[in-house]
Amino acid sequence: MRAEDSISPIVPPEEKQYSYLNLGPTHPATHGIFQNVLKMDGEVIVEAESTIGYIHRAFEKLAERRPFYQITPITDRMNYCSAPINNIGWHMTVEKLLGVEIPKRVQYMRVIIMELARITDHLICNAVIGVDTGALTGFVYMFQQREHVYEIYEEICGARLTTNLGRIGGFERDFSPKAWAKIEKFLKEFPEVLKEFEKLLVRNRIFMDRTIGVGGITAERALNYGFTGPNLRAAGVDYDVRVMNPYSSYEDFNFTVPVGTQGDTYDRFMVRQAEMWQSLSIIRQAIDKMPAGPFHADVPDFYLPPKEEVYNNMESLIYHFKIVMGETDVPKGEVYHSVEGGNGELGFYLISDGGRAPFRLHFRRPCFIYYQAYTEMVKGSMLSDAILTMSSMNVIAGELDA
Amino acid sequence: MESSKTDAIISIIRQEFDSEIVHIEQPYQLLTITFKPERIIDIIQFLYSHSELQFQFLTTLCGIHYPDQNQIAVMYQLHNLKTNQRIRLKIFLSADQPQVPTLTGIFSAANWMERETYDFFGVTFTGHPNLKRILNVEDMIFFPLRKEFPLEDQTREDKNDALFGR
Repeated sequence: MRAEDSISPIVPPEEKQYSYLNLGPTHPATHGIFQNVLKMDGEVIVEAESTIGYIHRAFEKLAERRPFYQITPITDRMNYCSAPINNIGWHMTVEKLLGVEIPKRVQYMRVIIMELARITDHLICNAVIGVDTGALTGFVYMFQQREHVYEIYEEICGARLTTNLGRIGGFERDFSPKAWAKIEKFLKEFPEVLKEFEKLLVRNRIFMDRTIGVGGITAERALNYGFTGPNLRAAGVDYDVRVMNPYSSYEDFNFTVPVGTQGDTYDRFMVRQAEMWQSLSIIRQAIDKMPAGPFHADVPDFYLPPKEEVYNNMESLIYHFKIVMGETDVPKGEVYHSVEGGNGELGFYLISDGGRAPFRLHFRRPCFIYYQAYTEMVKGSMLSDAILTMSSMNVIAGELDA
Repeated sequence: MESSKTDAIISIIRQEFDSEIVHIEQPYQLLTITFKPERIIDIIQFLYSHSELQFQFLTTLCGIHYPDQNQIAVMYQLHNLKTNQRIRLKIFLSADQPQVPTLTGIFSAANWMERETYDFFGVTFTGHPNLKRILNVEDMIFFPLRKEFPLEDQTREDKNDALFGR
């Protein structure tokens, strides 16, 4: 039931006076720079309008001047909660353009990293849903775990949030024994914390009352609005890029695609929660099946050689120079590649004219596409539910504005 | 993607809109059809409601500027989630006054995508409910993703781009 139904009108609608509220751009409850102008009838939202673009950085324009390997750090800054998925998605797009075959080991290593990134993405979102319903405890527990994942990233690539992880063709180095140990430690410790977190919220009366039936959307509307990822699956559509168009050997792993039924905040929470368990299982499988082999593909024209090689080996020096100075030939072509990002189908539409930089690069950013449904979803709900709807949709400002 | 599947799709479209088709190609196994711009909305409506095609998911929409031909292309990418078939449609408009009817009548998702395309390329989507800039400031007077707007300051003389392969 929507909130407006429960309020009996005291004054006839034509004599009603509405108040306007600017929610954002900088409001602690919006978790980012979003502005929503709300037309309010008391505490009920009558109409809403979103204004976005506060952290627009013109990535598509920037990309037109950058060689392919320098676009990776740009992709970091889109969905910064799961930056490695963006990095690897971009690398795979370029590899598709070049027609590079990637060794199995690299694909499995990528799967591990991408699933770790998915876990961090989902756990932030779910922890924040908890905060917005007034439960701060779970948030603190979950952020400690995110810290452990960031330590794994740090061990692998040296960075934490904006990772710039991997290279076109694979990884800059193999995972160190320390990195493997950290992954194992995380796999051992995280399930207990996740279970505890579920105990805090899943059957919690207050949490259920605040989230069930709040910010719901039907499957038809969600599809029409271009929803993808957990938000679409919460509405009951089992579209997952990992299953439908498997990339990076996702077809080798056993996992289920959790779906909801109502498409409301509680279902979005539960779908993300279930996906974290699936991700853990995928990582376990990837580690158990990890094949031996090289940690990068044999593409000397695009894969930056290791520094010690550059200083001691003539060929590597030449390749290094050619890559950095942009003297390698790129095929002309038009390619679309998508991966299942934290928030849904993250697509890269790349047109190459054979030059050093892309002729045109367009990012299909899931947040940008589904956030436009927000005004429709909050219409008729209470102000505090609007906050909850936003955090459960996991709108990331960086991805929204690119 | 099997070629028989795409052949079937092409023949269905040919039956209805043969005169509208400009070019068909399949770069990286993705069926790409270039149409004349006039009836593009009818074509997408046909793809949406045809019982065999059912392209009912709008994956993305964007503009591309070709300064040499003085043209702006609008690319629509649709997806049939049941058969996992993707299709890319393209139309080419004159860059002087690019204009095309809106797609918001079929896909709600097109709303912001078209606003973004307007914002960056200046393509006017006629009939759009709220066609104004979305990511850039409203008083901006140019369309930044067009190629005539260089990213770096072109008056700099201390830097020779040719030496850097650009």
